[in-house]
Amino acid sequence: MHQLYTWVFEPGFFASPQVRVAVTIGGVAAVVSAVTGVFTVLRGQSFGGHALGDVSAAGGSGALLLGLSPVAGFVGLGVIGAGVMDLIGVRRVRGRDLATGIVLGAAIGLTALFLYLGTFSGATAGAPQTILFGSIFVITSGTIPVVVILSVTALATVAAVYRPLLLSTVSPDIAAARGVPVRVVGLLYMLALAVSVGLSSVAVGAILSTALLIGPAAAALRLTSRVSRAIVVACSIGVGATWLGVLLAYDSFYWGSSQQGLPVSFFIVAVIFAAYLASGLAPAARAAAARRELAGPAAAETGPDQIAA
Amino acid sequence: MTQQPQTWAMTPQVLAVDGVSVSLSGRQILDDVSFTVQAGQFTGLIGPNGAGKTTLLRVILGLQRPTRGSVAVLGRPLSRQNRSVGYVPQKVLLDPDMPMRARDLVALGLDGNRFGVPLRSRQRGEAVREMLRAVDADRFADARVGNLSGGEQQRVLIAHALISRPRLLLLDEPLANLDIGSGQEIVALLARIAREQQIAVLLSAHEMNPLLPVMDRVVYMADGRAASGPADEVVRADVLSRLYGQHVDVLHVHGRVLVVAGPADGEPALTAEHGLEAG
Repeated sequence: MHQLYTWVFEPGFFASPQVRVAVTIGGVAAVVSAVTGVFTVLRGQSFGGHALGDVSAAGGSGALLLGLSPVAGFVGLGVIGAGVMDLIGVRRVRGRDLATGIVLGAAIGLTALFLYLGTFSGATAGAPQTILFGSIFVITSGTIPVVVILSVTALATVAAVYRPLLLSTVSPDIAAARGVPVRVVGLLYMLALAVSVGLSSVAVGAILSTALLIGPAAAALRLTSRVSRAIVVACSIGVGATWLGVLLAYDSFYWGSSQQGLPVSFFIVAVIFAAYLASGLAPAARAAAARRELAGPAAAETGPDQIAA
Repeated sequence: MTQQPQTWAMTPQVLAVDGVSVSLSGRQILDDVSFTVQAGQFTGLIGPNGAGKTTLLRVILGLQRPTRGSVAVLGRPLSRQNRSVGYVPQKVLLDPDMPMRARDLVALGLDGNRFGVPLRSRQRGEAVREMLRAVDADRFADARVGNLSGGEQQRVLIAHALISRPRLLLLDEPLANLDIGSGQEIVALLARIAREQQIAVLLSAHEMNPLLPVMDRVVYMADGRAASGPADEVVRADVLSRLYGQHVDVLHVHGRVLVVAGPADGEPALTAEHGLEAG
């Protein structure tokens, strides 16, 4: 038993302060990403979410260059990017791809410049890897309060607009007719999305933030027929994948003889991908269950008592 | 039964559209449209595609500001956030990937405009169940809306619109993608709701025949103009010819009505064929 335990959790896993910070920040980022991700998938704004990741990359690399905290850069520029996308027309279905593409292109250009300058100055040699693909093991514990505050803000925003956001996702016309300020609700959601992408950029890197945003949500939406449950399932998948990824990355240091750990972001994304593939089996199982159900009570319901009602 | 004319006079006016015109980027979409709708009346908003039906509905909903004219619901000028008007739009995002059960969509009609997360309550659940029963949708209350048939989806959307207890129900082409049988069921359902709950129903359609058995009045639209009144007073060659600005014939075939362009046009044969097919 003990052997199995030490095989799963290599020595020092729970004692390592880096692991504790990684588990905390990774878990928090995964929850926020999963919650906003469910709406991102429902609203068909995955491309927008990815573009915000690229904007975050520009922010993070710029912050490093200026000697600021990458978190501030990731989230700060992400929020500005969300505002710009809204101005250009991300709320119009037809304008959406256009707005997203323009912002995404500009962001990647800036990232290229900042990373070049940063690497050139020599102060931040590992910057490209850190910004683009994450650095969850090198985050200082001082970052945790900022991350938690931002997470709570993003989650509170989504909770506040939950119903009108859902209604305007189903039909902007119905929502507007019912007096929902559709545009304001959409913008608030985009801002929450920008914060969540910024946070997952800290955890798995700006490029891979899309995986944490879309993957758990997409898998959850295949598994349940209710938005509220999809959010819970997405959170579980996201947090589970993040923690498992952290564990595997830590253990990978002891694999083979090279004494070289593999990147944590790779493991997180790999677990999410596996979860998504596995969720594909659900619709078939559900269809089988539905067939059984239809053959049973539904057939009986069309009897004479139906007419009496 | 002899009391009917008297109750008619007593029924409140639910909707008054008065001289409404709309121009969008220089194009005249609606041109001086006026009509009224009384409580419990079933009104068909009939006209070909592009006649301005959807724009008119959007004006009534307060989603489109009229260039001229005014709209009053229950005697009050239009304001957004009007709970007295229920709406079933033509396009609703209900693909099979949408994780929403029929009962969730109906519940969203109850409080989807309010901020915050929904709290489950017995009262809320009971209201939803009652509404689903009223539109004969309780059988598929727990099915994903995206997996339902077109007719079943319409029932759920009607329940979604009715649960906030509106006095006026607007439906934009609800029969457009339905087979004939489902279309007839939806029309019968709406007629029953209008009668029993004294809700005024205004339904747009490009085909008036499915509505003829239940329609109290018709608002016939062509090129942004409208003529309104009882069907037999509006759907006449002279009235519609004036509306279309060209000669049209109104043919009565086995209790159905066909509106066909004058002899110079190639269209009549097609329309007539379609009408016979429906029988």
